[in-house]
Amino acid sequence: MTYIAKPKFHHPGLKKNELGFTHRDYEGKISTLCAGCGHDSITASIIEACFELSIEPHRVAKISGIGCSSKTPDYFLGNSHGFNSVHGRMPSVLTGANLANRELIYLGVSGDGDSASIGFGQFAHSIRRGVNMTYVVENNGVYGLTKGQFSATADRGSKSKKGVTNTDNAIDLVAIALQLGATYVARSFSGDKTQLVPVIAGALQHKGAAFIDVISPCVAFNNHAGSTKSFDYVREHNDAVNRLDVITGRDPITVDYAPGTVQIVEQHDGSRLALRKIDADYDVHDRVAAQAFLQKHAAKGQIVTGLLYVDPEAEDLHSHLNTVEQPLNSLEADVLCPGSSVLDKINASLR
Amino acid sequence: MKPTDIAAPDYFHKVVDCQWACPAHTPVPEYIRLIAEGRYSDAYMINWKSNVFPGILGRTCDRPCEPACRRGRVEENPVAICRLKRVAADFKDDIRQRLPRPSSKNGKRIALVGGGPASLTVARDLAPLGYHCTVFDADPKAGGMMRSQIPKFRLPDSVIDEETDYILNLGIEFKAGQRIDSMKALLAEGYDAIFVGSGAPRGRELDIPGRKEAAANIHIGIDWLSSVSFGHTDKIGKRVIVLGGGNTAMDCCRTARRLGGEDVKVIVRSGFEEMKASPWEKEDAMHEDIPILNFMVPIAFVHNNGKLTGVTFQKVKAEYDAKGRRNLVPSGEADETINCDDVLVAVGQENAFPWIERDCGVEFDKWHMPKVDPKTMASTHPKIFFGGDAAFGPKNIIWAVAHGHDAALSIHRLISGEDVNERPLPEVHVTSQKMGIHEWSYDNDISPEKRYKVPHRDKVIALKDIRTEVELGYDVKLALGEAHRCLNCDVQTVFSAPLCIECDACVDICPMDCITFTENGEESDLRTRLKAPAPHPEQALYVSSDLKTGRVMVKDEDVCLHCGLCAERCPTGAWDMQKYLVDMVQAGSACPSKSRSAA
Repeated sequence: MTYIAKPKFHHPGLKKNELGFTHRDYEGKISTLCAGCGHDSITASIIEACFELSIEPHRVAKISGIGCSSKTPDYFLGNSHGFNSVHGRMPSVLTGANLANRELIYLGVSGDGDSASIGFGQFAHSIRRGVNMTYVVENNGVYGLTKGQFSATADRGSKSKKGVTNTDNAIDLVAIALQLGATYVARSFSGDKTQLVPVIAGALQHKGAAFIDVISPCVAFNNHAGSTKSFDYVREHNDAVNRLDVITGRDPITVDYAPGTVQIVEQHDGSRLALRKIDADYDVHDRVAAQAFLQKHAAKGQIVTGLLYVDPEAEDLHSHLNTVEQPLNSLEADVLCPGSSVLDKINASLR
Repeated sequence: MKPTDIAAPDYFHKVVDCQWACPAHTPVPEYIRLIAEGRYSDAYMINWKSNVFPGILGRTCDRPCEPACRRGRVEENPVAICRLKRVAADFKDDIRQRLPRPSSKNGKRIALVGGGPASLTVARDLAPLGYHCTVFDADPKAGGMMRSQIPKFRLPDSVIDEETDYILNLGIEFKAGQRIDSMKALLAEGYDAIFVGSGAPRGRELDIPGRKEAAANIHIGIDWLSSVSFGHTDKIGKRVIVLGGGNTAMDCCRTARRLGGEDVKVIVRSGFEEMKASPWEKEDAMHEDIPILNFMVPIAFVHNNGKLTGVTFQKVKAEYDAKGRRNLVPSGEADETINCDDVLVAVGQENAFPWIERDCGVEFDKWHMPKVDPKTMASTHPKIFFGGDAAFGPKNIIWAVAHGHDAALSIHRLISGEDVNERPLPEVHVTSQKMGIHEWSYDNDISPEKRYKVPHRDKVIALKDIRTEVELGYDVKLALGEAHRCLNCDVQTVFSAPLCIECDACVDICPMDCITFTENGEESDLRTRLKAPAPHPEQALYVSSDLKTGRVMVKDEDVCLHCGLCAERCPTGAWDMQKYLVDMVQAGSACPSKSRSAA
């Protein structure tokens, strides 16, 4: 961490978005994580994505659990709603908040310990219910706050900083999210912002359960030779299937790639994603093929990154449950308590 | 781009914009830090070594450093570097023990013509080396234009006396009231070298109708100021017009206000914005109820049988031609006559060398200026050197000092039998400031404070006496606040490519978006691909050698706050904050160099 506050001065030529904000306006407090932590790059990517989408900070609810990753919402969007919940319970708190007020943009931030161990069930159920959210896992494969034990996402055979080999199988959160029906699934790397920023921006615009697994090297405990989540290892084994560009209304993208290599995905709400294919055969709409592709490459030791699956016609929990559109806190007493005549009608319908 | 060669002495020097802009290359951030620590004497000695007249310059410098100050690119106003220099002079202890001692003579004799800042600098640099320096001046005391032309309410005599004495006490022979009338005669006296620092002593005339007839009430600005300075003139009419828009005009009008001028006006040909006077000097004049009227060209002095009654002006406007050059053309409005009792003409200064015989070996150009090498200050005569306003026309004190250092070095090399054109490189020290994981030996917390105003004496009191100094100077508290505004641009961000793991931590934390990791390319191309615009090509890009991913680190030096956050957030120490000090070359070891080791 750093003793001094980040100076308020900013570059005089900084770009402004539609709201007149610079990316500095989306910052939070200064990070207290270790110098060089991958999580800080994810923080910077979230800031950049919200800036580029011209999101009003007060329309975002950022919710997290416990862990290094779950500290990070303090470091971005200083003017948004936030809730730092119990360990592993971010998905429940987020689901509850979302049910009460669907008008906010929900950003769940979690880590591999928070989501793959103590909150594994919570993670699973929020995904299978299709909660409209962006669920980011900052995945470093290690328990950093307790000095570097393997987490549940650490690969079998990888080595700890002290040289111990991991004998447990790893949970691949992307594979599970795909299997449980997430409608926007991506994997990225904290050291590759050109890939990560649009992946986050696309997820924020997606209506449905969007899950992003971001590999984020722990510089203190998991950035050594033998680790499979170090900067060097991920850079060497990164197999990106595509590159994403988010098309915002203001900046119509001028696509000058070779014909056939760019696929425009139009989402339910009208937002558009431009996908530059790197792997020509990869079909981003085929859930089953995506799962097979993922496992095949994992077996070869490759880390598949990019937007792996998207269902542009996704539905969310609210449409499943047919809930009221208005936020609950804005419902007046006469709506909440419609009176005995309505009760009589309901009772009559049940007789 | 090729990786930046940070070992080249100029690379980091340019990043310290203030020091680079200072003709004498004063280590500004270094002395400002010492002021913040309350080490005023140390701060003074750093200045004394570089610019010789800290107390005088701290009140009167033209401040080329301040427009260059990086702070001015980050917020509205630069650091008040000049007035902090005065703080060092005001609050220092007795520093006489730290000055060089008169040394035993080496038998070489140097004649210095004129006792102004250029000559005194040469004498200061050479006397401690054993040279016998003889300074000739027509005035009774040393100081040249600093004493004769700058009004006492801006620069008290006591300050000039103190700082000229520091130099004269080095065993320098000062021949007061002795004007040199012949270069040939001076050469005949057998000096080993002659330095001409005689200034630009002639005020430019304004030859328009009525000038001769009304001469009794029309005064040439610099002559009049000099006459006031030495007490020969102590009053002026109630209504005064000052013609001209430079700093001399500002001194004239403010002096007139103190000698009985009640209705004093400055009238300039150009627009207000294009006036040559420094903005702060214009402000000070207007604060003393002196209006500045612009776009008015004087066309005649109006008089009644030789008694001046006013000046007639033609109204003009500015027009710009296709090349953007400005022309003043009549606006078509009627001419205007403004009544007055006295006129002060401050429309420029000229050099005059009637005493240098044209066949003595010093060549002159078609503008009647001596041919002088701007690097060595040498004339075409091997033993004669020039400096200050005498060399290239009117500039200012700090340029005179810089010329003096260069000329002294040349003279020393000449007499030592070395090539005058060969200039030794400056000595550079680069030292890490790291004290702990996130502790530095400089204060890296950036102050958000706006520039502090220097307190002024109440106007009513200030206008009563011409010898009452208007500016009171910062007190210790204000000085501390202002000193904290300095961004420590001499504490450099030094990058080591082999240590970098490309984690982006520095990119993410940098408050100014200075740092980018990207593919290398030509500079013009790279400048378009950075995280924030880099529109100032005169501000360098710091480019690393190739990194593991094949990319390079590119840092735009332009608006870096030198806050050190990149180095604090770097997990591998690839970034370090290192203090850069450059010891500019002066003649021999003329001055104590120990006082600089303030790290």
